Amino acid sequence: MLEILARPWPWYVAGPLIGLLVPALLLLGNRQFGFSSNLRHLCAAVAPRGIDFLRYDWKRAGSWNLAFLAGTLCGGFVGGRLLGSPGPVALAPQTQAALAHLGLHDLSGLVPREIFSWASLLTLRGALSILGGGLLVGFGTAYAGGCTSGHAISGLASFDRASLVAVLGFFAGGLLCTHFILPLLF
Amino acid sequence: MTADSSALPVSPEQADEQAPPRGRGPSLVWYFVLGSLFGLVLIKSEVVSWFRIQEMFRFQSFHMFGVLATAIAVAALALALLKRLGALTRGGEPISVAPKILGRGYRYVIGGVLFGVGWVLTGACPGPLFALLGGGATVYAAAILAALAGTWLYGALRSRLPHY
Repeated sequence: MLEILARPWPWYVAGPLIGLLVPALLLLGNRQFGFSSNLRHLCAAVAPRGIDFLRYDWKRAGSWNLAFLAGTLCGGFVGGRLLGSPGPVALAPQTQAALAHLGLHDLSGLVPREIFSWASLLTLRGALSILGGGLLVGFGTAYAGGCTSGHAISGLASFDRASLVAVLGFFAGGLLCTHFILPLLF
Repeated sequence: MTADSSALPVSPEQADEQAPPRGRGPSLVWYFVLGSLFGLVLIKSEVVSWFRIQEMFRFQSFHMFGVLATAIAVAALALALLKRLGALTRGGEPISVAPKILGRGYRYVIGGVLFGVGWVLTGACPGPLFALLGGGATVYAAAILAALAGTWLYGALRSRLPHY
């Protein structure tokens, strides 16, 4: 059993499980599935500093979110450490070739060690990927009012037009970065 | 667009904050349990993998699209079913999903594109940033701090940005 769980889970198992979080959260407490609100709650808790966007009762609005976040860390630990996959990600051969072309050769982990290590924070490529990318994730999701969970999953599942626009934006940005920014950066 | 941020239309999340207290509500343990399931699925299906994100944006594998499409389909079916049944929450209130304001959509287009670029650079959305940290990729703590800085920066600039 543990051996089966430790293997990578196929999309037709993972997708439905993620989808079921939407009704589960609604039934539990009328909560809408969306992760990026956590970033706002954490900012509101630490440094509201006269910023309207961050001045609200984060404990009342965000306790459930932060409990969910604590779970996500814990689930990540179980999945990554206790049930870690035995082999590398089974990437498409064309992707492997494209990444080799970008100069990435170590494809052994979940993320490229050549970029995502503490040492690489001191390189331009590492700093832009980790810090620049992180900054854009925080800024973009706050500006758009949601991320993949809030807009792509909850939003599209309720046929929300605003969420559709946001998701098209996510994909436009992702394509732009993959095909035009990464070749410059790497 | 407006000089005064308080003039911005109320977003669903603000509406949530302004809602009357919901009494004690369900125990936070349940949210922790659902979050754990989320983190586990994110890691084990490899959707937190920078490599898988590359595969998706190069259209070289169905995996990510399969996860997203089935997640949306199952959630949509479940929502339709809950609506049809007139389901109530555990606390006995009717289930409601507030629609978002679209307007001219500036916030969704600009914010969406900026997040998309960040998604590819880090290889992670907000949820996966935390799942990866829990899974032992400790450098993602730096990405999370940067994401918090980004959210804070948005808050500081909010009144000067076009939204709707």
